[in-house]
Amino acid sequence: MTRQMTGAKMVVQALKDQGVEVVFGYPGGAVLPIYDEVFQQNDIRHILVRHEQGAIHAAEGYARSTGKPGVVLVTSGPGATNVVTGIVDALMDSIPIVVLAGQVPTFMIGSDAFQEGDTVGITRPCTKMNWLVKETDKLAETIHQAFHVATSGRPGPVLVDIPKDVQFATGTYCEKPKAKTSHYAPRVKGDPEMITRLVELIETAERPVFYTGGGVINSGPAASQLLRELAEATGFPVTSTLMGLGAYPASGQAWLGMLGMHGTYQANWAMHDCDLMINIGARFDDRITGRINAFSPDSKKAHIDIDPSSINKVIHTDVPIIGDVGHVLEDVLKIWKSRGRKINREGLARWWKQIEEWKAVNCLAYKPSATSIRPQHAIARLEALTKGMDRYITTEVGQHQMWAAQYLGFEDPNRWMTSGGLGTMGYGLPASVGVQIAHPDALVINVAGEASWLMNMQEMGTAMQYRAPVKQFILNNERLGMVRQWQELLHGERYSSSWSEALPDFVKLAEAFGCKGIRCDNEADLDDAIREMLAYDGPVIFDCLVEKHENCFPMIPSGNAHNDMLLGDAETQGVIGASGAVLV
Amino acid sequence: MSALQIKKGSSKHSAYDLRDPNSELIETHTLAVSVDNESGVLARVIGLFSARGYNIDSLTVAEVDHMGHRSRITVVTSGTPQVITQIKAQLERMVIVHEVHDLTVEGPSVQRELALFKVKGRGEARIEALRLAEIFRANVVDSTLESFVFEMTGTPEKVDAFAELMRPLGLVEVARTGVAALARGA
Repeated sequence: MTRQMTGAKMVVQALKDQGVEVVFGYPGGAVLPIYDEVFQQNDIRHILVRHEQGAIHAAEGYARSTGKPGVVLVTSGPGATNVVTGIVDALMDSIPIVVLAGQVPTFMIGSDAFQEGDTVGITRPCTKMNWLVKETDKLAETIHQAFHVATSGRPGPVLVDIPKDVQFATGTYCEKPKAKTSHYAPRVKGDPEMITRLVELIETAERPVFYTGGGVINSGPAASQLLRELAEATGFPVTSTLMGLGAYPASGQAWLGMLGMHGTYQANWAMHDCDLMINIGARFDDRITGRINAFSPDSKKAHIDIDPSSINKVIHTDVPIIGDVGHVLEDVLKIWKSRGRKINREGLARWWKQIEEWKAVNCLAYKPSATSIRPQHAIARLEALTKGMDRYITTEVGQHQMWAAQYLGFEDPNRWMTSGGLGTMGYGLPASVGVQIAHPDALVINVAGEASWLMNMQEMGTAMQYRAPVKQFILNNERLGMVRQWQELLHGERYSSSWSEALPDFVKLAEAFGCKGIRCDNEADLDDAIREMLAYDGPVIFDCLVEKHENCFPMIPSGNAHNDMLLGDAETQGVIGASGAVLV
Repeated sequence: MSALQIKKGSSKHSAYDLRDPNSELIETHTLAVSVDNESGVLARVIGLFSARGYNIDSLTVAEVDHMGHRSRITVVTSGTPQVITQIKAQLERMVIVHEVHDLTVEGPSVQRELALFKVKGRGEARIEALRLAEIFRANVVDSTLESFVFEMTGTPEKVDAFAELMRPLGLVEVARTGVAALARGA
């Protein structure tokens, strides 16, 4: 029994069959038939954003906090180009996103029609796959394939471009199980021989470390559980990239804190001095490795990744294991147990003694201030006052993002949404809305800087419309803090365009949006102000005026090695050499 | 290995991959990429090369299986062994790519290119051009009283050599298809 329907109806039907509950979007001429179908049903909820970039970041927040693909619906031309930043963001951070874009009718393509853009051309290099559907008969199958590609293997963004005449025309609906998807089937099981080699290294390592990344989160909650079991059973220390926070709990015995450019002293030293590095779902990003030729010089390196192109891309791997983190960790545990659960106890004890010495440096300590709020302190208080709550955190990009990663503790996966790879300012507010839509009763906080936050502040309108009680915790230093920090370190303290002039009054802004505004400018009032924010039933814009010239430490200056960290303000001039200065 | 006179990095004639993955030596490889015959596929593959700064020495593409909806892209690329490995991995993970074969390391292969040469001249130069064309087994496919168009197939090296010889004899234009290649044997 085949079903005939219009292309527009097919879109809605395919989304239902894919289990989609929420779509983030913005209507326009080329998607009106689809919006008309959305209007006539109640299974799929449409969230109207205020700018298409907000739609895709909201979808990213939704996807990362649920593990389900995020769906975006936009019109042709500017609607599609406005989601490009989010598409690249999702590609870099491996977030499953399905973008459905309207297009001018097929007979007008190439004629420079009103709101025509070469959407598949523009998005080709930044999607996992994209399609221009020219026949209604192929529309449903293409959408099913799009979901398959977005969620299989290393997740990522896909785009389906749908001309308006294809939406109006009638065709045959392809049921989900009949859609051809078999040719794209990335390998999930790791090579048993390689896994055995890793187990052999685990059995003898004296100074091992687990270096975990976003792949653990993407693999699903079971992978995080297996990581915890493996870390507990072996007693090996665990560090994580920015993307992987929450896979191993911050309260866990083996936790070293985040690694990398603004990672902890103990995590980076452990990476540098280890003899066995087990990379689980991370990709040796340049924020992590620092200077490549000084990166962990004495270690054997194992790398578990579902994407073969991640292996040996920047760092040579001794034991490459291509597969899904969950499947591979399950096999690692199985084989390690079957061989008698061996570890090098003496070596490990010495290693932990060394790690405790590094921990004693207390690299995240900061000087209290009598006159202003230290941004680190603001985050530390936020952590203390929200601990144990059903809490989701998003961030913008910059110093506040690093402080959030350093001073907030994540106990579970999918609780931390931040733009890691692309570093997209303006990500956090729309992402927080997307998270809140997915988890209406949870506490969702966007830890922001005032400059990033302004980039997509229009999305407060979305939060208001859908009664998403997101808390915008803005560390306001009236500066582009991270830019300012680099100018101090690198450009002779010439602060070129890195201060925020003509800032709005955030409390009045909150009132204008119809939500609550809170301003806090001294430490004595901070706790009460945070409590007030948490207690308010609705969106809050919290303007936390913090120390203006605080720098984010620890820091591995660009072009330096892991064991060459700056711990504080001691002497920061000239720490980045000429070769480091060209790096970002 | 040196006793066997097998140069590291030149594994062209070996069934085994003897390359040092950390070598800085630039190698040239011929890759045969089987892709879905869909619009935008070539742009996707070429885009990968330009986006990641890989070299394309030559590239040919055509549909080879109409029923199976497949095209074959033959790309000659050069880079360090690490870069070549990375290129293959990047190609393999693309949704539209079915298979990637590195003909340079997978065994002996036949590589051919078709080229057309327009040579303008009179008198002795014209006769010499015709004589050389015969040696290279190039065919005359167009002729006027003062020009020839030669057609030749061969390895890129042979095409290069012929072009060099024709240059002083009045070579005015060259058109080349790029390399098409197949593994030898069944």
